Amino acid sequence: MRMGIAEALRKAIHDEMERDKSVFCIGEDIGIPGGYGGAFTVTLGLEKDFRERIIDTPISEAGIFGAACGAAIMGMRPIADVQYGDFLFCAMDQVVDQIAKLRYMSGGKLKVPVVMRAPVGVTGRGAQHSQNLESYFMSCPGIKIVAPATAYDAAGLLKSAVRDDDPVLMFEHKLLYGSKGIRAESGSIDASSDIPEDDYTVPIGRGIIRREGQDITVIGSLLMMHFSLQASQMLEGVGISCEVIDPRTLWPLDLELILGSVKKTGRVVIVEESPKQGGVGAEIGMQIAENIPDYLLAPVTRVAAPNTPAPFSPTLEKLYVPQPERIADTIKRLIEEY
Amino acid sequence: MAYEGIITRIGKEKLTEMLRRMLEIRGFEEKIRFLFLEGEMPGTIHQYIGMEACAVGVCSVLEKGDVIASTHRPHGHAIARGLSMDAMMGELYGRATGCCMGKGGSMHMGDLSKGMLPAIAIVGGNIPVVTGMALAFKLRNERRVAVSFFGDGASNEGAFHEGLNMAAVTKAPAVFVCENNLYGASTSIKRALKIENIADRALSYGIRGDIADGMNVLDVYEHAKEAVDRARSAEGPTLLELKTFRLCGHSRRDPNNYMSDEEKEEWKNKDPLPYFENILKNNEIFTGEEIADIKQSVERSVEKAIEFGKGSPEPDPADIRKGLYVTMEVPE
Repeated sequence: MRMGIAEALRKAIHDEMERDKSVFCIGEDIGIPGGYGGAFTVTLGLEKDFRERIIDTPISEAGIFGAACGAAIMGMRPIADVQYGDFLFCAMDQVVDQIAKLRYMSGGKLKVPVVMRAPVGVTGRGAQHSQNLESYFMSCPGIKIVAPATAYDAAGLLKSAVRDDDPVLMFEHKLLYGSKGIRAESGSIDASSDIPEDDYTVPIGRGIIRREGQDITVIGSLLMMHFSLQASQMLEGVGISCEVIDPRTLWPLDLELILGSVKKTGRVVIVEESPKQGGVGAEIGMQIAENIPDYLLAPVTRVAAPNTPAPFSPTLEKLYVPQPERIADTIKRLIEEY
Repeated sequence: MAYEGIITRIGKEKLTEMLRRMLEIRGFEEKIRFLFLEGEMPGTIHQYIGMEACAVGVCSVLEKGDVIASTHRPHGHAIARGLSMDAMMGELYGRATGCCMGKGGSMHMGDLSKGMLPAIAIVGGNIPVVTGMALAFKLRNERRVAVSFFGDGASNEGAFHEGLNMAAVTKAPAVFVCENNLYGASTSIKRALKIENIADRALSYGIRGDIADGMNVLDVYEHAKEAVDRARSAEGPTLLELKTFRLCGHSRRDPNNYMSDEEKEEWKNKDPLPYFENILKNNEIFTGEEIADIKQSVERSVEKAIEFGKGSPEPDPADIRKGLYVTMEVPE
């Protein structure tokens, strides 16, 4: 059945809660009758089937992630979410000091199988409801990070995350949810997929080649994957063949896939929606530079937001987020120069 | 005779265990203080001397399936919960035999298989986690209780507020034990709080608040029992404040110059160990001689633990990358 990311996640969560009684959801506004099913409708209606296991909380992010941590240690499989990824900072101690470190501190004796869900993306809300937080958590050992760009991957990765014995943080993009009704998002991109009725998973740690090409590797996740595809379509006309990689998992990175592609093309552009400083591209780029320097025909190149918070003005916002045209221009320049 | 009722209710077997655990904490802490000052032990320590009645009083009412969480000052809680002093000493020396395989150290002492989460050394950090552990028990209809130990300083943290409120609205079977020792490191509680009793904060969460004398293990036991029984019977969480005092520095080499001599003297006179020993003697549970025997036996156990710790193997260098993920190696 054709589904957007919000619907696909809803079905995946429903499946997992049905399969395993230790799975529960905890978050703000997630199961209020007459409410929204979380900020972007992912949990809409789940409370009808699982009243006890859809736990609506006070506005209390440290409380949510702390409670998820404790419950997970005691054998539950919590799915904790924030309405906007930015609010993870309110829970930073619980996520970074407790969830990520408790197993290591215990000498590997306990498990913290928490799933954390966080919407990201620069979407007309100014600086505090827009951040792409991936790089903050990529510098934190102890957490796996996934970032699905399609409904198929969202549902498959969610199921893998629930069944994983380690903490998994899933970033979801506001413009890719396909949320409907009052929570519909303007400027949305279609990320829907045919979702099989039968159970399936997408493995954590495996990227995917979205488009095969010869001249250059373009790496982008979430919205940037879609924009990278659009850029490569534009370049087709001028005879530039792009290989587009969607990492899907940001930690652990699928280096085999990424390095294999760059070995073939000799050029790479990494696209990210967040500021360039200390970003996702810095990690991916250095992995490439350290591991396969001899294969590089051109400098490892990044397309990113400026090193500023996200501005509100729609005019400035459009300049802030790497657009398909900017990505295409960078690729073109790189091919011309090298 | 004072305390006759509760002494009879608790019974000699449990009273013996309580006394022994308190003596173990005191003996353990006094010995390792010496080892630290001599430079033999690595790291840093935050000690529990003077507060023994708190941990022992609370842990004595717990059952096997219950779980506690502690702070940067966890040695007392660990001993009270029944961790082996050998494994604790191994941990303090950073050895492979430690209760956290040498990965935790003093501030993360714990062993979940013994009912103690590795201690969380961020002030207030364990409070939301304990709410979650209690929530797990509630979701599974298990008659288990989760207990959070924290200090007066933690009650000013946001995590305290969020953890208690969340426990209140979910009616989680948790007990929040605030060991009010009057100082957050060197800062007097008078500079950090405008109220006399931290237990009063329970009112703002709509949960029960209670106060016990943290220098009197029997008083702690009685109040903790009520709080734990209520939590176990799904009557909701309690904020239990224990009035206590550190008869030692905040951390190693702290000479407590921020406390007046009068204050130190006043609390020294309330030392929970002689206080409890006198009650036991007056109620003819033990003679002075019997208590001296227990003390000797405790001293031997501590010595043995030190030998065990010192003699334990160092962690294998390969261990540095072990025990982070369940399902994968640490990526490069």
